Amino acid sequence: MITAAALAALATACAVGSWRFTTARWTSRAPRLAIILWQSLGVCWGLATTGAMLAFAVQPYDAGVLPGLIAFAQGETPAQAWDPLHVLALIAGLTALAVLIAVLLTAGVQALRARRRHRMLLALISHDDPGVPGVRVLAHPSAAAYCVPGLRSQVVVSEGALKLLSEDELTAVLAHEAAHVRERHDLVLLPFAALRRALPWSKVVADAQAQVELLVEMAADDRARRYCSPRRLATALLRFGSAGAMPTPHGMLGVHVQNVMARVDRLIKPAPELAASVRYGFIALSVTLVTAAPFLWVIQL
Amino acid sequence: MDILWAESNALTAREVGRLIADRDLAPTTVMTVLDRLTRKGFLERTRDGRAWRYQPAESRDAYIAELMLEALDLTGDRSAALTRFAQAVSGTEAEILRRALTELEEE
Repeated sequence: MITAAALAALATACAVGSWRFTTARWTSRAPRLAIILWQSLGVCWGLATTGAMLAFAVQPYDAGVLPGLIAFAQGETPAQAWDPLHVLALIAGLTALAVLIAVLLTAGVQALRARRRHRMLLALISHDDPGVPGVRVLAHPSAAAYCVPGLRSQVVVSEGALKLLSEDELTAVLAHEAAHVRERHDLVLLPFAALRRALPWSKVVADAQAQVELLVEMAADDRARRYCSPRRLATALLRFGSAGAMPTPHGMLGVHVQNVMARVDRLIKPAPELAASVRYGFIALSVTLVTAAPFLWVIQL
Repeated sequence: MDILWAESNALTAREVGRLIADRDLAPTTVMTVLDRLTRKGFLERTRDGRAWRYQPAESRDAYIAELMLEALDLTGDRSAALTRFAQAVSGTEAEILRRALTELEEE
């Protein structure tokens, strides 16, 4: 009972923490740290929520979540008889766990499929440009620059982007994309996109995904500024944002302007780094979150 | 693929092979490539006597448009398949960015 209560408390703490964290201001000063904290919050919340239900469910076995589930899977008879409440909790817990895992897997498979098709089409219709070696060029007047992540990532720019940006700006954009490739940001985004699809009504999840998307861009900006002038990156950003040649669909627009401006501001006027003590505090928090949930899955309190 | 896009009507593997003049390809190589592209859905083929006639499933521009829609994240599903540099904004919001850009350039 105590394990279930502890896991439930942990899940609640994660949910409340995430809700508070969506409005935190320090994140733009340490995007990588913030991403790590978001990831640990996500993992901890998932394990704690499902764990709380399952811990309650396997009470008749008088064992921890994992040992209890193993005993159940092997068809052992519990010390106490099953009653409807525990059976209900078992069904709910297993369903939630299955849904979480299935959603993650489908999101991964879908992303892989989309990328494979994208890559195949690129091979058919993109061309090389001697001006930008190693980059695929798409013959389209709109401005676009992106990368197709994977084992062999490809950076793609459109002819519109080549025309729009100066040479220095283009270097900055390519450095930004190279940073995405290097740090495998697609893997960071995937679980959050998946979670959002699983819980489309949750505002916290939607906010979290938007936050992580922005943080990933900031992290890439940070790496890119080591190789190019931050000012050029900022002007490239503004030029891109205001080019808007493609008709944009409705909804999800308002945030973009703020996001672009936030990125520009921190490129031009970098805020001081977080104090070391604060940084270590957040790292310690992440480690605690990530270890606490699995610990409670194995050990019975 | 370029050759098929350039031609308005469907071609047989032999005709494609003849049009790839700069490289001396075996007819079977051409056939294999065409067959593979068909299986992936980029070409459509129709029976013509003993040979197949191949035709692009979509125009080149349609494919470019498809890539750009994904690139600009306009498909609406916000998938994490690609990572993008920046997204364009529209109308009045673009004005804010344009003003910031002029300020930056003047400094």
